[in-house]
Order: sequence, then C-alpha cells, then structure tokens
Amino acid sequence: MIRTRGLTKYFGKFEAVSDLSLDVREGDVYGFLGANGSGKTTTVRMLLGLVLPTSGEIEVLNRPMPRAAREVLPDVGSMVEGPAAYAHLSGRANLSLFDAMGRRSRRSGRAGRVEDALDRVGLGGVDARPVKNYSLGMRQRLGLATALLRRPRLLVLDEPTNGLDPQGIRDIRALLLELNADGTTIFVSSHLLAEIEQLCTRVGVLDRGRMVVQEQLADLRAPTGRILIGAPHPDQVSALLGDRVEQRTGTRLAVRALDASALNAELVGAGIAVDELSVERRSLEEIVLAATSAGTDTFARRAHQSDLVEVRR
Amino acid sequence: MIRVELSKLLRSRRTWTTILLINALPTLVGVLLALTDLGPRPGEGPAFLSAVLTDGTLFPLAALAIVLPLFLPIAVSMIAGEAVAGEAAAGTLRYVLVRPVGRLRLLVAKLVSAMVFVVLTVLVVAATAYVVGITLLGDQSVTAVGSTSVSGTSLTTPELVARTFLALAYAMLCMLGVAAIALFLSTLASSSLGAALGTMSIFVGSSLLLTLDASEAISDYLPTRYWLAFVDLFRDPILWRDIQSGVILQIAYVVVFFAAAWAYFATKDITD
Repeated sequence: MIRTRGLTKYFGKFEAVSDLSLDVREGDVYGFLGANGSGKTTTVRMLLGLVLPTSGEIEVLNRPMPRAAREVLPDVGSMVEGPAAYAHLSGRANLSLFDAMGRRSRRSGRAGRVEDALDRVGLGGVDARPVKNYSLGMRQRLGLATALLRRPRLLVLDEPTNGLDPQGIRDIRALLLELNADGTTIFVSSHLLAEIEQLCTRVGVLDRGRMVVQEQLADLRAPTGRILIGAPHPDQVSALLGDRVEQRTGTRLAVRALDASALNAELVGAGIAVDELSVERRSLEEIVLAATSAGTDTFARRAHQSDLVEVRR
Repeated sequence: MIRVELSKLLRSRRTWTTILLINALPTLVGVLLALTDLGPRPGEGPAFLSAVLTDGTLFPLAALAIVLPLFLPIAVSMIAGEAVAGEAAAGTLRYVLVRPVGRLRLLVAKLVSAMVFVVLTVLVVAATAYVVGITLLGDQSVTAVGSTSVSGTSLTTPELVARTFLALAYAMLCMLGVAAIALFLSTLASSSLGAALGTMSIFVGSSLLLTLDASEAISDYLPTRYWLAFVDLFRDPILWRDIQSGVILQIAYVVVFFAAAWAYFATKDITD
C-alpha cells in the first residue's frame, strides 16, 4: 500500500528524512514511531504530496506519488499534524465543504456521507455551533470524520489521539480496529508507544530521519527466553533453581527457562509457593529506546559541560 | 472548487461586513451633500460629484468613483492576500490539497472568488447609491437638459448606461490586477496580513511615484498609472488612448503575477 525507496528530504542543509524505505502492506495497522523532530510528519507529508522529496521514490496504492496524486488521494483519508477546519462554520458545514472539494466529488448522497462520518467518530448528535467553540477532543474527532468521508482504502493518521481523554482514546482505537477489520489499511504515526503497542500489527521506528527498525510487532515482542516469578520465599526458589536464576529483586526473580508451564510444575512439585509467573517480553518502549538516540528537541550540552563546572569551582 | 470557494465567500460574515463598510463612505457623502447642498465645483473633487446635486440618478457613478481608487483595492488586497496564506495559517490548506484539489485549480478558484467579491461590492454600492441618489439628491434630470459628459456635451441615457458598464468592466480589470499581485504575495507570505499589507504598500508606493516628476521614465508601467482612466469613457468622444494602455498594462500584471504565483506554489513544500 505504501512503499518508499531511498526517500530523502532536505530543508536547506538540514536533512529531515534520510534514505527511508517504508513498506506498509495491505491490511496492516502500521505504527510509525519516532521522537519529536525525527521526521515522521515530513514523511507523512511526502506520502500525501504536500512536501516534495529531494530524492527517492514513493508509491502509494501502487501508484507513484506525487505524480498520480489525482488518482491516489481520493482513496486516502488523512490527518496531518492535528485537525483543521473553517472555524466560523459548523462541523457539518465543514464536512460538506470538504466533501465538495476535489475531482470525484458528487452532490448526491453528500448529506448521508456527512452524517455517516459524524456518526462513526461519535459526533452524530452535535449541534450547529461553529468549530471555534469545539473542544480539542471534538476537533480531533471532526478531523477524523473528514478523513473518513470518502470511505478510504488507506488511512494516514498523524497523532490521531492527540488531545483526547482516555475515553476518547479508547473510542478512536476501537474505531480504527473496526475499520481495519473491514479492510482499511491504517498508517498511524505517533510518539505514544503504549498507543501503538495496543493498536498496531507492524511498526517502523524512525530516528533522526533514518529507519532503525521495521518489523512485525509480534516478532519484536517475542519472548526473551526468561520467565518472571513472584514468590513469597525467594530463597527457596534460588536454592532449587541454582544459577538458572539470573536476577533477583526482593520477592521477584527472573529465571532462564523456555517453558513456563514446566517451570511452574517444577516449583509446585517442590512445594514452593508461587504467586506470579509470566513470560518476559520486551516492551515496545525498551525496543524503541534501544534503537534510537535522544529526541531532537533535547539539545543537551555534552562535551564541555563538565569543564564548565570545574571552572566554576 | 470554484463553487466551494464562492460558498465560503458568501457564508463568511467578514465578506458582508467589508461590503457594508465600503458602502458606508459614499452613503455618508450622499447624505452630507443632501444636507448641505455644497457640491464641489465641476472639475474638482471626485468625478461626477458636482453633477449629482442636480441629478441624483448619477450618484451611483459618483459613488463608484469614490470607492474605486482606495477602498476597493484595500478590500481586494485583504481578500486575495488571505487566499493561500490564510488557509495555510488555519491549517486547512493541507486538507484542501489532499482532497485532492489541484494547486492551479485552487489558485484559479481563489482569484475567481476575489473577483466575485468585487462584482458583489460594486453592485451593492451602485444599488445603494441609486437609492440614496433618487431619495435624497436632486431629481432634475441632467440627461434631459443634456450636460452629462465630462466634456460638456450631452449623452443619451442608453449611451450613459453602456459607458457605465464599460467603466465597471475596466475597474474590474484593475481590481483583477490587484488580486493577482495579492495572490502571488499570499503564496509567498506565511501570514495573510503580510500579503495584504504588501499589496497595499505596492499601490501606495505606485501612487506616490506617480506624483514625482523624477519617476517619469517608469510611470507608464506603474500599476496604478491608468486606474482613473475610466473617467475618459465619459468624455465625448471617448478618449481611448489611456484606457487602451491601462487594459494592456493590467493584463500584463495579471499574467505575470498569476504565472509567478503558480510557478512558486506548484512546487512549494506545504509545511504549515
């Protein structure tokens, strides 16, 4: 659905995106991760033809972008860097304006499409107040409704849950999963790792414009080969398992073992009480932090800081 | 896209407020003239004003002569200056472009919408002035007595109507020139205010240079050089020379600045 090769973008001398090879397959819920300023939004904008790449190729829905924008974009719903709407008009008026834009717009069925999109994002009962009086969460939902107007085959969403409360985040997640089950491919960029972890089947991690990880989430989160045990008498466990215990903190132990049920049987067989037992997996946070450097919004003084402190003393 | 732009224009409260404000000045002038009966002497002050005390039906022309050189260009600068920069600042530009709306198509729609605004304003001003003219000002028909043309000869009513429409068309072309410049600046600037003020300063600068003898070499190419040439349409016979030069100059401005706007906007990175 989305494929890029050697995608590179310079803003002046600053290299925002570097030799990026994205691969989003049909039916994916693809999580595009990266720190602030790592090039996520620039990439999304290039996919949609808003920013023109310095070099490299982009294919969206198997057509070259931005050359085939006219044929491709009507099948793509998008939200880029926060929602936007004409503030003096109501949400409904905004949706019918956006529905009327573009080549394939038809007048017939417009009201139906608008109401349908509003219903999907939970704004079906909204009154005629202008968008400038909307809350942040309502704006976010309206932006999503705009993206859904034409029942797109591909959704490209940049930070779709920004500004939503926990309830709203859950609603949107449920909506996206429902759309995906109906066959919509979804590309979500975010820096909220927990969000991506609960939503996505595949992730790509961007660091300073470079792709550092791109894999199925299930593969990334494969068991580490350790089992975590909570036991009220950790000494008994250590005595039984010997050097298979790799780590011990209070009543919690990390044990090298592949089969959790066999380990459990062994412990119970020896008469040791166990109140917790789970297979250790790497969290997405650990994966991302291991693969990336500090975000580009931190500009820490590195080399000379210690010298400065010395001088002051 | 043109239909969408027009619906946005007509539904915006600002459009109607602007038209109302533009309308206020000629109406005020009409009321003052009616109250004081002190018209400027023929040949002084805004065009046609001296005649309206006797013939109120001429007041629409006088009103347009008041509005055209200053208020209308300001309003057009604002509307066309906001066209792209305003959408970019509100964040809606990116959503318009991904619908997708072609970039050239968007520019054309914005220009058309600015021109519709001009037509609307001119119509409202003319209609209001007509009502003010016949209710408050003189009801003696000068066309019957016969001294309407600036040159002093008489014009028949059909002649007068035809020339009025020609004058309106000419004024619209001048405003299209303004709109094209504002649209170009609007693709460059990140704020609509910047684009609008930039356009206005071009016209203020141009008007200033026109008063300067030292700038004679370039004066024929300044955008405001022939703006008031529409008065020549009411001479008898019509003095075509300045009007022709004005039409050519304005078309040149429109072509150059619209092409520049498109050339820049077509490959611009939309990052706001």
